Amino acid sequence: MSPQKASILIVDDELSVRDSLLHWFRKDGLNVSTAANATLALQALEQGSYDIVLLDIKMPGMDGMELQGRIHTLAPKTIVIMMTAFASVDTAVRALKQGAFDYVTKPIDPDELSHLVARALKERRLEDENSQLRETIAELSSADFVIGESPAMHKVMELIRQVAQTNATVMIRGESGTGKELVARTIHANSTRKFFPIIPINCGAMPDSLLESELFGHEKGAFTGANFRRKGRLEMADGGTLFLDEIGTITPKMQVDLLRAIETGEVMRLGGLRPVEVDFRIVCATNEDLEKMVADGRFRQDLYYRINVFSIALPPLRERLEDIGTLARHFLKRLALQMDKRVSDISPEAIQKMMAYDWPGNVRELANAIERAMVVSRGSVIRPEDLPFVLPETQVISAPAGDSLADMEKAHIAVILARTRWNISQSADLLQIDRATLYNKIKRYGLQRGESRDADTNGNKPA
Amino acid sequence: MVHLVPICLPGQARLLDDVGNRIAKAFSTTVTTRPPRFDPEMAFDKSRGQYHSTVILESLLADSSNSGDRILGVAGVDLFIPILTYVFGEAQLDGRAAVVSIYRLDNGRYGLPGSASLLNDRLAKEAIHELGHTAGLVHCHHPVCVMRSSTYVEDIDVKSAEFCPDCLQELRTSVVRI
Repeated sequence: MSPQKASILIVDDELSVRDSLLHWFRKDGLNVSTAANATLALQALEQGSYDIVLLDIKMPGMDGMELQGRIHTLAPKTIVIMMTAFASVDTAVRALKQGAFDYVTKPIDPDELSHLVARALKERRLEDENSQLRETIAELSSADFVIGESPAMHKVMELIRQVAQTNATVMIRGESGTGKELVARTIHANSTRKFFPIIPINCGAMPDSLLESELFGHEKGAFTGANFRRKGRLEMADGGTLFLDEIGTITPKMQVDLLRAIETGEVMRLGGLRPVEVDFRIVCATNEDLEKMVADGRFRQDLYYRINVFSIALPPLRERLEDIGTLARHFLKRLALQMDKRVSDISPEAIQKMMAYDWPGNVRELANAIERAMVVSRGSVIRPEDLPFVLPETQVISAPAGDSLADMEKAHIAVILARTRWNISQSADLLQIDRATLYNKIKRYGLQRGESRDADTNGNKPA
Repeated sequence: MVHLVPICLPGQARLLDDVGNRIAKAFSTTVTTRPPRFDPEMAFDKSRGQYHSTVILESLLADSSNSGDRILGVAGVDLFIPILTYVFGEAQLDGRAAVVSIYRLDNGRYGLPGSASLLNDRLAKEAIHELGHTAGLVHCHHPVCVMRSSTYVEDIDVKSAEFCPDCLQELRTSVVRI
């Protein structure tokens, strides 16, 4: 949390009391506001938030006890301290039962007041810290770690290590399902902001008007349906990290607003009058060509430079086949715990089958495939037939056995034959050779029609 | 420049001299002493038997020229603001006037043997503290900084008469010089 000044609202119908407390608390470095009656106090509470309300019990109109109940509904986190001119045990007990933090008798002993406010602020800070830590723990315990032994992933991990401890804005590039959010969470978990929240938002998942209020928050009555004041994601990320997924989808207006928030470190809620100071780090992700969008004038250049300070490119799964085994076993282990299933390994044939697939949905698709395999698997080991994706029977052997042109040709012909289910005319057309040439090549390479039928009949694709 | 104004403080010329010297050193400024040109009794509250410090502050302001000089009332009587039982002093934050009282600073008030040097020390600390407020400084959490808030007389003894490095820095960059 940024070191913002604590705020206090003094509610008392006596001007001299309001004035003296105003000056007293200002010297303590607090943001102080005053209200002469309950109505003005409620207005102040609707316009701004306060850590503490110091409230006189006896006031004309709505009295302090009733106001306390309303404050409890309107701003449940605000700490209420009651002031009374007469030390009545009944009133004090009633106030405490209603949820007041404490009560003091007028005139107040300065030492008592000073300790009371310090204690209230400490409690408020601990409560905030506690809820933030709970969120962080929940996020960290559900988060995976970036996994992979391939050189490409080693490079990614090295980049994460380099940038995590800094405050730099990070841009994560990569196809859908490559684990961009996971990288963002890993950066956050390794940064000095780790005890504050990471707030993710998918910019592409909501319409512009909704995104604006999601990001910046709104005051009560800012638009139809805004019945309550709401903090935006930028404010929620105070002290922590804001993860903006699909940043390339935001509209020009949002680009301007976001740029302003990044540059000034201030957020203006929709319908708000005062900017709120926020300390956040931005991590963005996209699978779009932002450079082209900048060149086409669809993405602001100044925002592009602001968010593209440090870039991490995540390779698609098909470019790091060597990680498939490690990843698959990792998902197996995690899912076995979650599903309470005794599936303990994956057969080498199944791994080979997975390595031959091109994984358009990347790691996410792999995780889903393993989950499905565990559901259908009958033994303790996942076998090729448990894997759901469409895989032509010859594709397993279609990976070239060597690097020569002949090896490539053999593998490619095998793939085409599998795709056409050994329809020679169709295959010859696709290969742009005549049927006789195709027969000769089949003979020369010793290609044979396979016996497995699951690839022909199983049309399921993983979700 | 700081003008010291004794309020209901007969026979304390040495005390005033001493606090004047300590203030001059702390703020690198000159200090003068002059009597008040108002009747302090108008700040007296019969029901409480104490003097309203905010009324004294207003009188001090009305009694001073509108220059950047600070005016510090040094009172021999007990001060209060309406909501609190007593105050050691009061100041305008970022303003020109401040007032401190020696009434509760004297050990004799607590049934202990009186000590002139302890009283001098406590008064100097509270005077520098209140003048610090007029320069815009707020209460400081540094354990021995003079700007630390003191609500018990023993708290005053714990802190020093010096500003901590942060407060000193803020004082030096303050727009208004004392």
